[in-house]
Amino acid sequence: MIVASPKPVTELKQIIDRHKKVLFVGCGTCVTVCLAGGEREVGIAGYATRMARKLAGQPVELDQVTIERQCENEFIKDLAGPIEKVEAVVSFGCGAGVQAIAERFPTKPVYAGLNTNFLGILEEQAVWTEKCMACGDCMLADFGGICPVTRCAKHMLNGPCGGSTTERCEVAEDRPCAWQLIYKRLSAIGQLDRLEKIQPPKNWSVAWFGGARKLVRDEHRI
Amino acid sequence: MTAVAQTPQVPKAAAPAGWVPEIIAFCCNYCAYAAADLAGSRRMQYPSNVRVMHVPCTGKIEMAHILSAFEKGIDGVLIAGCLEGGCHFLEGNLRAKKRSEYLREMLDQIGVGRERLRMVNLSAAMAPTFVERVKEIVKTVESLGPNPLRKSVP
Repeated sequence: MIVASPKPVTELKQIIDRHKKVLFVGCGTCVTVCLAGGEREVGIAGYATRMARKLAGQPVELDQVTIERQCENEFIKDLAGPIEKVEAVVSFGCGAGVQAIAERFPTKPVYAGLNTNFLGILEEQAVWTEKCMACGDCMLADFGGICPVTRCAKHMLNGPCGGSTTERCEVAEDRPCAWQLIYKRLSAIGQLDRLEKIQPPKNWSVAWFGGARKLVRDEHRI
Repeated sequence: MTAVAQTPQVPKAAAPAGWVPEIIAFCCNYCAYAAADLAGSRRMQYPSNVRVMHVPCTGKIEMAHILSAFEKGIDGVLIAGCLEGGCHFLEGNLRAKKRSEYLREMLDQIGVGRERLRMVNLSAAMAPTFVERVKEIVKTVESLGPNPLRKSVP
């Protein structure tokens, strides 16, 4: 899922300082699960921002609504009524959600209420780790399901680098060495022979370096 | 949370004449509420401007409840939970501790000030401690003055 985290109250206050009536929009999908932009978090941000603005002598009227998914027009269209009544919108969705709302309502200022962090998983309560960088050319089959593109600090495809100590990455001690994990995993599933293959240069043209990507699948178009 | 903008200065208003602080004490059923009850049975005096809110566990208190109380103008909030290691639900009080620390930081950013929110730990038998903690927060809030969000101060 997409993992995000709340912006500080001081920043939220600054973002909407030119508006007097604002809509806070939560998203019921990834950011609800990662405790950043669901109905509860939007409520907390609402209380905090309203109080901060009142104390600054610039009271703000805040409406709040949480929709199922901010990244789909099917759900965004439900916002038409609430958005019409306000000067600006703060989206508590991921960066995609913010931009989806902005595209749907071209004359309304739409701001981000969260920092979108990464694509990751929940390790334990309130601990998330990055697992995928959406490089567009998945190589997990060769590495026993552990992604060196994301989890190796040097993105090495023919690792390890030799810098790890006690199975930890030399870049950050709290991070396991991805290549150590790959070796262990391939050992466990009896596929160590996969490491004998020298990986050719990766096709980065389908990754993020060429700008925003677009995916069209004709077989599903109507 | 990492503050990117300047945290506002917390206003410290001088207490106007006739003002007495209003304080909510969220009291856990298994300790502080019983301690408050015991204090009553023992005829121990504690400030009458503290309103006791009975909760099943401090871990049940939503952050929004506390923020809502401050927005409505309450001057201080006391969260009274079990001694660490003594929670009836094992770790409700430890969760409340983390949440109250997060909220104290947020209250600073809002401009209300962290000192107005405090969490204390006690057991059901510690009636004198309950009275003492209540007196302490009343004293703290008296020194801070009224909640700056109050609509009017008598």
